[in-house]
Amino acid sequence: MSWSFLLRRLLLAIPTLFGVAVIVFVLLRVVPGDPIAMLIGPGATEAGIAELRRLYGLDESIALQFVYYLQDLAGGDFGTSISMRQDVMELVLGRLPVTIELCLVAMSMAVLLGVAMALAGSYWRGRTGEAAVDGAAGFILAIPDFLWALLFILFVVVFALDGLPISGRIGHDVAFRGATGFLLVESLLRLRFDAFGSVLLHTVLPAAALALPLAAILARILKASIAEAMTQDYILMARAKGFSRARIVCREALRNALVPTVTLTGVQFTFLVGGTVLVEKIFSYPGIGNMAIDAVINRDLPLIQGLVLTFAVLFIAVNLLVDMSYALLNPRMRHG
Amino acid sequence: MAEAAAAPGAAPRAGAGSVRRLLANRRVVLGGAVLLAFSLAAVFAPLLAPHDPVEQDLLLQYAPPFWSDKAEDGFPFGTDNLGRDILSRLIHGARIALFVAVAAAAAAGLIGTALGLLAGYFGGWADTLISRLVEIWMAFPAVLLSIVLVAVMGTGLHSVVIAIAVIDWTRFCRVVRAETMAQKQQDYVASAVTIGLGRLRILWREILPNVLPLLIVLFTLEMGIAVIVEAILSYVNLSLASDFPTWGGMISDGRKYVNQAPWLMILPILCVIALVLALNALGDGLKDALDPVMRR
Repeated sequence: MSWSFLLRRLLLAIPTLFGVAVIVFVLLRVVPGDPIAMLIGPGATEAGIAELRRLYGLDESIALQFVYYLQDLAGGDFGTSISMRQDVMELVLGRLPVTIELCLVAMSMAVLLGVAMALAGSYWRGRTGEAAVDGAAGFILAIPDFLWALLFILFVVVFALDGLPISGRIGHDVAFRGATGFLLVESLLRLRFDAFGSVLLHTVLPAAALALPLAAILARILKASIAEAMTQDYILMARAKGFSRARIVCREALRNALVPTVTLTGVQFTFLVGGTVLVEKIFSYPGIGNMAIDAVINRDLPLIQGLVLTFAVLFIAVNLLVDMSYALLNPRMRHG
Repeated sequence: MAEAAAAPGAAPRAGAGSVRRLLANRRVVLGGAVLLAFSLAAVFAPLLAPHDPVEQDLLLQYAPPFWSDKAEDGFPFGTDNLGRDILSRLIHGARIALFVAVAAAAAAGLIGTALGLLAGYFGGWADTLISRLVEIWMAFPAVLLSIVLVAVMGTGLHSVVIAIAVIDWTRFCRVVRAETMAQKQQDYVASAVTIGLGRLRILWREILPNVLPLLIVLFTLEMGIAVIVEAILSYVNLSLASDFPTWGGMISDGRKYVNQAPWLMILPILCVIALVLALNALGDGLKDALDPVMRR
């Protein structure tokens, strides 16, 4: 993979981000509803309200507000949250590691489960095993991540699985304050296995809810790609050499089926990131998705803007990662 | 995946043969039957519901459903935290879910189809402009965008419908554009041009009827998506006021009291899943039955 490829992709992200920033701004300013109304108490004076308006820059014309907004964005200043009265950038950065870790765990689960399902389905091709895998993938796919999250909670409550927490990110009894938000990585590096276990247990269910739909899509597409690869000459060659079926599927066909699978599923990884908004809310998981819903309910314009832009950046980053892995997997793309 | 249906091929118009083919498809029949059952419940909700869905009875909170021995007579699915009858709320909830599903899918379909036909048939700058717009649109996280839109427009059913249409028109647009481009290459379009028909007339009278089977499939699948989005929005309290019986609102209440009364959540979740599975089965079945490429 060449540097110019990476640079080109990064440059392409700028107009996309600008477009997102413009749309969010327009959406939030054009509509009726006064964010200041949420802030003031019943006894507020006219002068007090005007003062607040000036403080948040809401007394300027829309055009001027937009210019200031872009200036601030370019300087990395996302403004001040109206509901929490803190710097938006600080708030978002404080929560972002939580969501990133959740997404990474979920993506790993999705890839493992998806590949396992595809391999099992390919190995038992034409037998009950394949039908079972197809049926499972279809069923998993029909139910969106947010309903899986709720089903998991029901499951835990009904079967009294007290070991599996359904809210929060770390147990109350675990005294571990990370210096960074990346609790999983940090607890592991500092050899605090109790904290690591607690965070991991809290992450299992939300991550699984996010992972299931992606795993099903991966399984479907990878299985089809393996079937395609199985018709190639090199498979016949491998058979002639007397390799076992398991080896042929796992070693020869899988490797060649990965490239088309990554191309076709790339966008699905971004859907997983979008899914965190609700899944975090459902599990009271303290990431940016959870924060986004609260920000919307509180009509906290600066925070909403900051969060939507952060999600857009995450989307772009995920797309970039997918493209890079595509380039790494396919030798023909390495010097493009 | 929907693009797979958009392969070139002359789509003959529907006739008696296709009705027979539809009824022979198991998924169409099963999905259709479940959809019909929910639709009947929705239409006749006031007649079918044993109680007023918003009537509270604080002496009768958390009555368990029929499978428990502590169940109350007349409340087969139990009552919620305010003593409201769950069965009646589910039946009235079907009304809201299906209304949103049909209205939102229709609105999204209308916008997406119009733009998709224009982009696919005229090509050139119209295609560039519309395709670029679709790309930017799809860069947004859909769930977040719908929540922001509804927060901005104010809660209520019309906001939910508009939000879904504003977000999901791209699904129709992409598929219809691809199908229109494929149809444009067909001989019947060339003949229509030869005999001197106007471009809009060709688009409306010749191409649209051939895109229609695909639209029916997309519409059914979009209804399933709309049911989920409505449930999501009412889950975060952005659909209707909380005493209105929406499935998502019931799930949200159930989440709060899940430790005391898990059944509050089970039934509305099952309703959402059943309706969505039915719509997906119907859509996929219709795709198999109507798609000329798959049929061959």
